[in-house]
Amino acid sequence: MAFLDKHKVIETNATLLMVLAFLVVTIGGLVEIVPLFYLKNTIEKVEGVRPYSPLELAGRDIYVREGCYVCHSQMIRPMRDEVERYGHYSLAAESMYDHPFQWGSKRTGPDLARVGGRYSDAWHVDHLTNPQSVVPESVMPKYGFLLNRMIEGEYIADTMRTNRFVGVPYTDEMLKTARADFAVQANPDADGVEALQKRYPKAQVRNFDARPGVSEMDALIAYLQVLGTMVDFSTFTPDASR
Amino acid sequence: MSDPKNSNRKPGDVETTGHSWDGIEEFNNPMPRWWVMVFYVCIIWAAIYSVFYPAWPLINGATPGVLGWSTRGDVKAEMQSWTDQNKAIQAKLVATDLGQIQNDPALAQYATNAGGAVFRTWCAQCHGSGAQGNKGFPNLLDDDWLWGGTLKDIAFTVTHGVRNTDDEAARFSQMPAFGRDGILTAPQIAQVVQYVMSLTNAATDPKAVAAGKTIFADNCAACHGAEGKGDRAMGAPNLTDAIWLYGGDRKTLTETVANARFGVMPTWGKRLSEADIRAVTYYVHSLGGGE
Repeated sequence: MAFLDKHKVIETNATLLMVLAFLVVTIGGLVEIVPLFYLKNTIEKVEGVRPYSPLELAGRDIYVREGCYVCHSQMIRPMRDEVERYGHYSLAAESMYDHPFQWGSKRTGPDLARVGGRYSDAWHVDHLTNPQSVVPESVMPKYGFLLNRMIEGEYIADTMRTNRFVGVPYTDEMLKTARADFAVQANPDADGVEALQKRYPKAQVRNFDARPGVSEMDALIAYLQVLGTMVDFSTFTPDASR
Repeated sequence: MSDPKNSNRKPGDVETTGHSWDGIEEFNNPMPRWWVMVFYVCIIWAAIYSVFYPAWPLINGATPGVLGWSTRGDVKAEMQSWTDQNKAIQAKLVATDLGQIQNDPALAQYATNAGGAVFRTWCAQCHGSGAQGNKGFPNLLDDDWLWGGTLKDIAFTVTHGVRNTDDEAARFSQMPAFGRDGILTAPQIAQVVQYVMSLTNAATDPKAVAAGKTIFADNCAACHGAEGKGDRAMGAPNLTDAIWLYGGDRKTLTETVANARFGVMPTWGKRLSEADIRAVTYYVHSLGGGE
């Protein structure tokens, strides 16, 4: 095949090789990446997914800071064993407000995509303080210090503004009330619970760590308890052609 | 570029590539034939694969492939096949009165195995993999029950949970925080703790017991009963059996009376099927403490 023998021309001409290699990678990239932006079924619309509330967002930052993602994934793959153990497989839309997403592929611990509501707050406090006290075979480190680190959310509006910059639809009102909402979510007796739940539907308002004040433990548990609970799967019909 | 005249190439050798670095030249050997063949087979494989499976992105979606395969379809079909296989026995489990399951050996076998699987997946993290419980999470092996140990009671607790905010039917009761809310003074708490400890012959300060008894009658007996034997309607534990959920030593009891406890169990009726709930109910009931 005379045509195929011509490769020597390319291999002995570095500039031509570079140009052609760039062209090949470009075509591959376009074919693989561009459709994700316009195909409607890439991120199917689902009801219920909302931006994280200020306290949940702070908890999410702690989750990332402590490197929880190093051992825990947040994506239930569409396979029977995963669905049986963790619940409905994850949808792209469920992490649409995650920057960055926490999907992961390393599971030393279990997947956490639907951990919300699965355990009580007290269990989370016990487990984060001393994982082996409730799960003796666990190899998870202890995070009891979170209880003693009090936070006031002075920078939470900035964090939300940054998230808005990358596309999370926080409104001006949400930014303005961010710090108040932050405190209210960990104090069910406070004024403003209804306003908070109007801004962030179905937000769970509890004193998560059962201690006075807002600790990092409150924030982290608020985040864990909302994971995977936003979509009501009894009303959801998946697009099967995926 | 090599100078043909200075080439080290001997007659009979293959051509060189023409490159020469400090006199070192490179033979222009062809790729091994097996490698080239594998390369071409891969290209052909890719072409065939893209016909049979989802592949090329178009305007409204990707080409579905002639096999019609999809990840979601795949998991749905697999789930369905197991649902179908278990359908008959699960329907029977749902239709059978909880108390009658044990009379049907095949059904009892299924309920035990399926219930065990459900327990290890959803319950073991709190109640322990052997159902032995943990501090704050009840032991399910003994015959000490907070909310009742009959099949019906267990099924209700599993379905609705305890003190959670997701299910209005959840079992609920709340012990006052006698210390934190200022209902009792610190000395009064110390006395009532001594009385509670005396119920299991463990009082460390016998002089305080009598005073504690009055305080108990006024503040605690409404839920825990005049004799401290508890009340399952309110999930109030029996204080006379020396079985403690949080601990029966003076320090822990003082903490319990002062700040109260508020153990929460999630609702499972929204996550598990009726058959799964019945199976795990039967399993838990069969562990030794069932009534």
